[in-house]
Formats: sequence, C-alpha cells, structure tokens
Amino acid sequence: MKYVDEYRDPELIATVAREIAKAARPSRHYRIMEVCGGHTHAIYRHGLKHILPENVELIHGPGCPVCVLPMGRVDDGLSIAGRDDVILTAFGDMMRVPGTCGTPLALKARGADIRMVYSPLDALRIAETNPGKRVCFFAIGFETTAPSTALTLLRARARGIRNFFVFCNHVTIVPAIRAILDSPDMRLDAFVGPGHVSTVTGCRPYEFIAKDYKKPVVISGFEPLDILESILMILRQLDAGEARVENQYRRIVPWEGNLPALRAMAQVFELRPYFEWRGLGFISQSALKLNANFAAWDAETQFEIPGVRVTDPKAAQCGEVLKGVLKPPQCKLFGKECNPEHPVGALMVSSEGACAAYYRYVHTGEAVTA
Amino acid sequence: MCLAIPGQVVEISAEQPLLAKVEVAGVRRSVNIGLLEEGTVQPGDWVLIHVGFAMSKIEEEGAHEQLRMLRALGEDQLALDELRGYTFAEREVQR
Repeated sequence: MKYVDEYRDPELIATVAREIAKAARPSRHYRIMEVCGGHTHAIYRHGLKHILPENVELIHGPGCPVCVLPMGRVDDGLSIAGRDDVILTAFGDMMRVPGTCGTPLALKARGADIRMVYSPLDALRIAETNPGKRVCFFAIGFETTAPSTALTLLRARARGIRNFFVFCNHVTIVPAIRAILDSPDMRLDAFVGPGHVSTVTGCRPYEFIAKDYKKPVVISGFEPLDILESILMILRQLDAGEARVENQYRRIVPWEGNLPALRAMAQVFELRPYFEWRGLGFISQSALKLNANFAAWDAETQFEIPGVRVTDPKAAQCGEVLKGVLKPPQCKLFGKECNPEHPVGALMVSSEGACAAYYRYVHTGEAVTA
Repeated sequence: MCLAIPGQVVEISAEQPLLAKVEVAGVRRSVNIGLLEEGTVQPGDWVLIHVGFAMSKIEEEGAHEQLRMLRALGEDQLALDELRGYTFAEREVQR
C-alpha cells in the first residue's frame, strides 16, 4: 500500500466516513451507481469500498467511452485504415481496443498508417499537411469530448479542408442512464453523476432521474473526499425521502453547462435513431452522427464501411460487468487470458474501465489509502 | 479519456484569437479557446483543458485542487504527456 499526501484534509475524510456510517440505515442495502469511469478508477485506486459501510454498494456505470463501443464499430473504423491513401487517427485509449482482427496498434504494426493523436485538431493538422492523403479521425467520447470534434469540423469547413473525415462514435450519457433505469434486472437507489461530462451538459439533463424515477443524483468531483461527500449527500436525501439533483462539484461544474459547447454540437451533430452499446444493446437516440451539412466530412458517407455487428468473444463477460451484474473478478477470463498487457475486452484497456482499475488496484494491490 | 487538465493562460495569440498559450506545471502549449464565450478569457485566467480545448474557466483555487486531484489519481504525468502531445499549433507536425 502506498500513501498519498495530496489529499484534502485526511481528518475530514474520517469525519465524512463517520457521517456516512451514521446516515446509512443498518436495515437497508444501498445500491449507488457511479456513472463515470473516472469515478470507478478513483474508487478502486483509493479502496473506497473499505471506507464505506458494507450495506453501501457501489455499482460501476457505463461511463467509459472505449468500454461501451461494440466490437463491430471498432472493425468498421479499422476498415477505413489499410488503404494506401488513408491515415487513420485515434486517441491513445482507442489504439489498444481489440477488434476482430486485432487492435489499431496491431494493424499499424502490419503496415497501416494509424497515428495516435491527443486532440482532434492534431488530426486536422495532419490532413492539412498531407493534402494527398485522406485523414480520418476515429471519434469517441461522451459530451466531454464531442464539442471538440464539433469545433474541429467547423474549423475544417471554414478552412475548406476536404481531405479530413470523422468516423463519429460520440455517445450521450442520459439515454444510457435511462436505459439502465428501465432495465428490469437493475435495481438502483441513486446515482453519483459524472463530473466532466456535466461541465458541458450542466445539471438539468439529470432532473428526470429525480422527478420521474425518484432517485437522487449528485454530480461529483474525483477526489476521495468528493466521492465520499457525494455519497453522504445521497444517503441524506434517501433518508429524508427526497430525490433531487445536487452539485457537489460546483468548483468545476456550472449548473447550466457550457453553452458555446452545446451550440457547437448542435451545429454539427444530429441524434442517431439508435446506437448499439456494448453490454446495454441498442439504445434509441443515444449517439451522435454528423448532420447533412457535414456529409462531405462524414466517414460513414465518404468511405465504404461494412457496418458489421460482431458479438463479443463468448468467454469474455464485458456486458455483464458493464451492467453491474458481475464484478470484474467474477468474469471467467479476468486476470487470466484478459489482463492489461493483453486485453480481450475493452474494460481491461482504459484506466476508466472497471476491469483495468480492479486489476491494477485490487488484484495487484497497488491501491493507495485515503 | 476524460482527463481534464487545469492550466493558466499566459498569452492570447494576436493573429489567431482562438488560440491561447497555457502553462501547466512549467509546460507551455497552445490550446483552442473556441468553446468559451468570446472575449471572456484573459492572460492570468485558469482554464480546464481537454483534448486540446479549454472547456471551462475555473477559479485559481479550483485549478490547484484539480492539479492535486490529478496527482492523487496518478494521472499528472499523463496530463503533461497529453499537453506536450498537442501539435496543432506548432510549425511542424511531429510524427
């Protein structure tokens, strides 16, 4: 075990932990979903399970962009690469996600021109400096990332860059939460709401969860103290029989969100009628595509994409873990065939994936104490 | 993936008003400020950076807390690698 001295006031953590123990009724079992993969990472890293009473259970949500992308979309994206005149670009997380015929990194090793970028603007820049090539950006991410893709496309149009394309896999978090709420095998009491997604969306889109489903939502920061405070706020709401959206992460998240970012998204994207999520299946109006004004930059209209549907490797139980039905070590492949060096499923790839976080901090015991 | 990096604006580009030079722990890079309301960012301000874009203006205190959070999550080095990796405002694109 390592110790981290950067925490805000460890004594305060102990106080909040005591308050949580007081607020959690012993007669009740609480199931609280942390929607965001960043929270999942923090929860495992800091061993927060051990700070919480046994009857307060955290369920890991779908907020990890590479984890929820079905393998067929990975294959579709990779079908764009491998042509002589194409450069495929993607974020680092995406480079290690397995498709049917291997990861983008493996395809690159076999000669395809696939490059990692840190920003969609870098992908656009590669297009500008390689006018003889078609440069495609494999876009993934929730509302945190989608505005950046939107602004990059607006810039491509303004500058008349016609050899730049986006393979759009942006998804939106609210329909996924609704699908989970409507799922019969999913009994949840409350949600720890996503932090950075909410800087863009604001807090209002979560109000239906409180109003229609009578479940509390607390938008949370990522430090152990933030997450514990959010859980305490949830327990107090539950105790009082209330269901509201509260914002624990006020220092970063404005209630109304980021209006210029939402405007940029509205200019460029439209909702897809439905989109497949790994583990959750098809969810209506849960993903974005480029609208007709941007068809010339849309990889799905400019490249022949097979549109494949692939079922996950049978033995890997990513879907069950993603839905919170199984904990990572309950998957048959966990820590054996599937490990961070050789991930079989996407949840083992990203640091926000429940399996990768569990492996690193619980399985190999690297957790730091809060 | 949803890494959000706090940085201080040190300069707004005169020729390209959508670009701001930011500094994070001694590393300087240009980021795009087109997702913020026009004219609301000045040198000295703190912003939260994600995939090459400033996504919100934050208070200095929030920025320091955010930096500490990245250290606590063991992601401070990743954040600097990401910042160094932005090449869109550089003269040459590095491969």
